[in-house]
Amino acid sequence: MSETLPHEGGVILPGGPGEAMSVEIRDGGLVTQEMNLNIGPQHPATHGVLRVVIDLDGEVIVRARPVIGYMHRGFEKLAEARDYRQIIALVNRHDWLSAFCNELGVALAVERLMELEVPERAQWIRVLMSEWNRILNHLMFIGSFGLELGAITPVFFSFREREDIQSFLESATGGRLHFTYTRVGGLKEDLPAGFLDASRQMAATMRSRNDEYRQLLLGNEIFQARTKGVGALAPDVAVDYGVTGPTLHATGVAEDVRLSEPYCVYDELDVKVPVRTNGDSYDRFVVLLDRIDASLDLIEQVHEGLPAGPVNRKMPKTVKAPEGATYVRTENPLGQGGYYLVSDGGKTPWRMRMRTPSFSNIQMVPELLEGSLLSDMIAILGSVYFVVGDVDR
Amino acid sequence: MAAPSLPGSGLLKGLGLTFKTMLSPATTAQYPHVKPELPPRTRGVIALMEENCTVCMLCAKECPDWCIYIDSSKETVPVEGGRTRTRNVLDRFAIDFALCMYCGICVEVCPFDALFWSPEFEYAEYDIRELTHEKERLREWMDTVPPPPPLEEGAVPPAEIEAGIAAARKEAEEAVAKAKAAAEGGGEPEAEGPQIDEELFARLVAEGTPERAARAKAKAAFVKAQKRREREQGGDQ
Amino acid sequence: MATSVFALEPLWLALLLQALAALLLFLIGAVVVGYLEHKVLAHMQDRLGPMEAIWHGIGQLPADGLKFLQKEDIIPTAADRWVFALAPAVAVVPGVVVIAVLPFGPGLWLTDLDAGIFFALAASGVTVLGTLMAGWSSANKFSLMGGLRGAAQLISYELPLVLAAAAIVIQAGTLSLPGIVEAQHGFTLFGVPMIYGIPHIIGLGLFFVAALAELSRPPFDMPIADSELIAGHMTEYTGMRYAFFMLSEYAGMVILSALATVLFLGGWYPWPGVGLPEGAAGMVLGFVITFAKILVLSAIMVWLRATFPRMREDQLQRLSWSVLIPLGLLNIVLVATAKVWF
Repeated sequence: MSETLPHEGGVILPGGPGEAMSVEIRDGGLVTQEMNLNIGPQHPATHGVLRVVIDLDGEVIVRARPVIGYMHRGFEKLAEARDYRQIIALVNRHDWLSAFCNELGVALAVERLMELEVPERAQWIRVLMSEWNRILNHLMFIGSFGLELGAITPVFFSFREREDIQSFLESATGGRLHFTYTRVGGLKEDLPAGFLDASRQMAATMRSRNDEYRQLLLGNEIFQARTKGVGALAPDVAVDYGVTGPTLHATGVAEDVRLSEPYCVYDELDVKVPVRTNGDSYDRFVVLLDRIDASLDLIEQVHEGLPAGPVNRKMPKTVKAPEGATYVRTENPLGQGGYYLVSDGGKTPWRMRMRTPSFSNIQMVPELLEGSLLSDMIAILGSVYFVVGDVDR
Repeated sequence: MAAPSLPGSGLLKGLGLTFKTMLSPATTAQYPHVKPELPPRTRGVIALMEENCTVCMLCAKECPDWCIYIDSSKETVPVEGGRTRTRNVLDRFAIDFALCMYCGICVEVCPFDALFWSPEFEYAEYDIRELTHEKERLREWMDTVPPPPPLEEGAVPPAEIEAGIAAARKEAEEAVAKAKAAAEGGGEPEAEGPQIDEELFARLVAEGTPERAARAKAKAAFVKAQKRREREQGGDQ
Repeated sequence: MATSVFALEPLWLALLLQALAALLLFLIGAVVVGYLEHKVLAHMQDRLGPMEAIWHGIGQLPADGLKFLQKEDIIPTAADRWVFALAPAVAVVPGVVVIAVLPFGPGLWLTDLDAGIFFALAASGVTVLGTLMAGWSSANKFSLMGGLRGAAQLISYELPLVLAAAAIVIQAGTLSLPGIVEAQHGFTLFGVPMIYGIPHIIGLGLFFVAALAELSRPPFDMPIADSELIAGHMTEYTGMRYAFFMLSEYAGMVILSALATVLFLGGWYPWPGVGLPEGAAGMVLGFVITFAKILVLSAIMVWLRATFPRMREDQLQRLSWSVLIPLGLLNIVLVATAKVWF
């Protein structure tokens, strides 16, 4: 019955103009045709090149299927041909928003295989940098979430803060996005003079700015209407899919590697994990804001407790991990990062496997999308935190 | 879905914040008119100190992108009265900044301090081939390399840097002391020129050693003796 | 009451002058409001906005126009060519037409229609037809959804807009726009000269919200919704045709702000009861006052854009049918009662 009419001079798009309207009456109601729509791989709301194929009934999503792999760069295979120093420079590039946390994970894995003791001061500085990186990452998502809901101001505010934070991180690491500051056995070099002062000052500024985001968005009735109850994720579904990080914490599960399997000096610090219970877009966003405050608490503890001493160990010219395998978990800004390192004793890993939080988060997305509105899809995609480079690696 | 409530306090709070922001000065950096102040560690462009390069190829080998191109040739240096020596001559040293991922591994692995980071960044080109900087261009960047920043409180500077700083300080102090002495006019001006062990020199020349070689040996002996004296003095203190 | 300055002889000269004036006002209004949006929005977001073109970016919009002129005009293969090409014109023309009846100062209107307010509202409603045409003809699913959203929005928001205006018509007792300004000039509330906007605060709010929705301005910009529909009905447009849509948006801001100025804010009089000097001086002063009011209202629209997220289509419909329209009807009852009472 759906007889397509020939269209003048052009391609006939299924379900679009040029196709015959197919109307069917069934059970006393009008049956309409579903429309297939490709969101991405180039679309303003997909943080990179994610593609979501959706079937729409009016504005309601019937089916959703994320298609990944547009940014696959073969990191894991590449790592087998690169020595550990080079891997550290490469690993902060797949998830460009949590560069430091990623390089830390790799360094920890190599150090564990080599049974290295990292100097105390280096471990404290690693925590400091991880937490600033976490804030940088969350700021990005706070800004872009507002933008996706149509509020164009938060992104400028959050980038203002990001710029300030990046500037002083640059003074220590030399990089603004790809820090490459960690080394196996410590850090590249110690902090420059004045860094801690800048860090203290920024922490204070960041606290007041965090309140501004709350003021701008959280109380806003339109914002609440767009996010409350949208894309509610049940804790058991989240656990089944391996969802971690802020997306998991919003459902009420307080699993955090910094508590359950502390690395660096997290066991000496008072780590707070903000948790909400509804698991909807609103809660995911609130968790993000609360995590910034929690990270600032940690940063202030590091300012107090930073010991003196070297940040580096004397290392051989070529780092060789002894034969064996290890799996290191870290709490990356987007969730749990896992680094499975198998070494045959050579100067490159035999196998390097990464578990990335974005991948687990994105595979859960169809659960939330099916049955929601097209506009809600944007609110859901913006609040299930993922970076496409981290999904595809 | 909760029904949208009438515009309320939340909306007004947000409006207040944007209005307040409008009245406060903007943070925009007027970039081409106002240059940013970048910290000395910024990874902007790689500079080459050609004189220090020994063509060991470590940087080219360690580069994850293989974006460093090095050509070298061996050159024989005739040494008068000795065996001819060969040394490596750097013919080409180029970094393709179109490939470079600015990781800094080359700077870090260089054992002879021939590579440095400079915070300069304004070298964009219309033609991608222009981004391959040859050694002349890389040498020019040397002028923009800032001194390393002092470290934060509680830091232990790396051993080789500490030794270097100590040596430089000692040298500077000696120079100051010497200048002071000269200015006071108390001490007689020290003899300039090569200081050699005159006794040894005379003996060697008498033995028939070529004058050039004899002078070098005599100088070495003098320096050795001086060092011994210094060590003894240090031991006394 | 003053007559239009364009009531000249011979007729052809008057018509020519009127057409020129309407076009000029349309362009200048759009450019000034566009610049205002660039700058106010930028400063609300802690940045400077355009700074390079001439001085503080005042030449930015003309420069953008020149750039648009040079762009390739692309019509998608599967597009409905004629409808696609016509849509931007349909979006722009109503704006120019409405300007004909808007009073910008004493005697500064092109024509004084007896049913001016109806004409203005009816003509400005045609703009959305351009949205629908563009959305349908682009042969793009995103455009289609944008066009449909635009049409749905028009149907639900034209009503509160008309209801809010109707209350003022009842109050003023005339449909002519200059007539409403003059009636407002003589309006007193308990003996105090007062603009309509204060007792008619509900009507003003209704009119403003409905105008935002009619213009597809944030927080009601679902037809464009860049993060959902890329650019809605404008997705496939390039060059001058795209610029026409932008122009019609900015001109729409001017027109609806001007209407709100006439209906609620006392038109060209600084305050009801405060007169203007006779002759040319009064005309210039009146024009400046009208334009200042328009700019303030436009700045508020920009302010809302800077602060609020976008609503969802179903929330927008619910807001219109279950809040704004009942409120509009109630407003008319209240105004009519008060009018009879006093």
